[in-house]
Amino acid sequence: MNHISAFIKTLLSSLRDLLPIILVVAFFQIVVIRQPVADLGNILSGTLLVILGLTFFVRGLEQALFPLGESVAYAFARKANLFWLLLFAFALGFGTTIAEPALTAVAAEAAKIAAADGHIAEENIAMANYALGLRLTVAFAVGVAIVMGVFRILRGWPIQYFIMGGYIGVVIMTVFAPPEIIGIAYDSGGVTTSTVTVPLVTALGVGLASSIKGRNPMIDGFGLIAFASLTPMIFVMAYGMII
Amino acid sequence: MDLLLHLLRTGTSTLTDVLPIAGIIFGFQLLVLRQSIPNLKSVLVGFAYVLVGLTLFLVGLEEALFPLGKLMAQQLTDPAFIRSTAHVVGTTLQWNDYKWIYLFAAAIGFSTTIAEPALIAVAIKAHQVSGGAITVWGLRTAVAIGVAVGITLGTFRIITGTPLHYYIIAGYVVVLVQTLYAPRTIIALAYDSGGVTTSTVTVPLVAALGLGLASTIPGRSPLLDGFGLIAFASLFPIISVMGYAQLGEWRIHRLKKKQKNDDSQNSD
Repeated sequence: MNHISAFIKTLLSSLRDLLPIILVVAFFQIVVIRQPVADLGNILSGTLLVILGLTFFVRGLEQALFPLGESVAYAFARKANLFWLLLFAFALGFGTTIAEPALTAVAAEAAKIAAADGHIAEENIAMANYALGLRLTVAFAVGVAIVMGVFRILRGWPIQYFIMGGYIGVVIMTVFAPPEIIGIAYDSGGVTTSTVTVPLVTALGVGLASSIKGRNPMIDGFGLIAFASLTPMIFVMAYGMII
Repeated sequence: MDLLLHLLRTGTSTLTDVLPIAGIIFGFQLLVLRQSIPNLKSVLVGFAYVLVGLTLFLVGLEEALFPLGKLMAQQLTDPAFIRSTAHVVGTTLQWNDYKWIYLFAAAIGFSTTIAEPALIAVAIKAHQVSGGAITVWGLRTAVAIGVAVGITLGTFRIITGTPLHYYIIAGYVVVLVQTLYAPRTIIALAYDSGGVTTSTVTVPLVAALGLGLASTIPGRSPLLDGFGLIAFASLFPIISVMGYAQLGEWRIHRLKKKQKNDDSQNSD
């Protein structure tokens, strides 16, 4: 009984989360575009799936992803084995990024641009290689980012120096990188962090910061995602310069 | 039948997305940390919820929201439509003839961010950790405003054809200045919120808007100018979240000052 009422509560809050989109779409359809919508039934059933899906996801978040990320963080903090912790951080960053569907899409698009530009041969093999190289570059960049971010949490260094350093790196690379890679590089920072990775990585960072003495989870625990969005920009521009 | 196939296909791809992550975590737990997972049954059920939830969510988006949103982006960026709403009919279009596109960009940026599951996760965590000082809805609204402003500016950039890096570098400068003055506890969270905004819901719709715009405006290449909107959507939330914290601090400051004044008046 308790389960059901909790589920209904989450369901209602999912509905509230979706309401702005429904209102925006309805407004533009009715007021601005003023054309009949095809497949209204399909759209309604799809919206229902979205609401149900969000409800399940939020339940799973609190039941699996958060506790798991935290328990790993506490266990590593207790064992205090730096090597394994950093290896775990790299594996988590690399492993979750290489399989990311959004990244695969962007990499394929980028290969098309490079081929159209005459940068690489306009053949399927060359384009597939270029796309794979780009994916490996981004995954490696995210792995490095999580390692650096975890190390920062352990040491309690202020995040802004890293971010400022990273920004300066991005600006310098922008000057030297070939122009056609810049838009892709800037976007690649945004596509790396998937819906499953974000809660896990956040729980890991906050868990580490809470279990180490002298760290404030608000100041030190967040920031892993920021690192993971910054390093791919630099690495992808470097990739564009080398290839 | 089609829906069932779609569910199966998306379910498999979600599984391949989740499996490496689960493998890494369970592998380290069992082989390196050598400890069993607490509440294993509940965690596994939770993982199943995540899988089912993400699958339904993605299928629903692809069945309903994405086709409709992409169609709307196309219709709004159609030169014939823009001409019909422009001030002067017949002359070349000016940047201010695209008002419905700006409004659409802002509205879709705001509303898709509110529905972004990764942001919900970070907001829940931030609420727990901050001891309630940051509310779930406060953070989500702040981020959504940032995305709305960012995407609107991004469409303005595509329409005017100005270079992307001017905007990004100017945005960085604002972030740096704000970092100096913002409360220390918000800084890391603000930087994070830039990365979480752009995952499942926002990217496909925003990309459709960017590509639609770049392919209808003369002189823009969809391949070169269609990119870059996501970069805007990741930069501006950093500014708005720090702004949100600064606003909160300023209000508390003002309240204290007022109380002090009231106290001193009372004691007179």
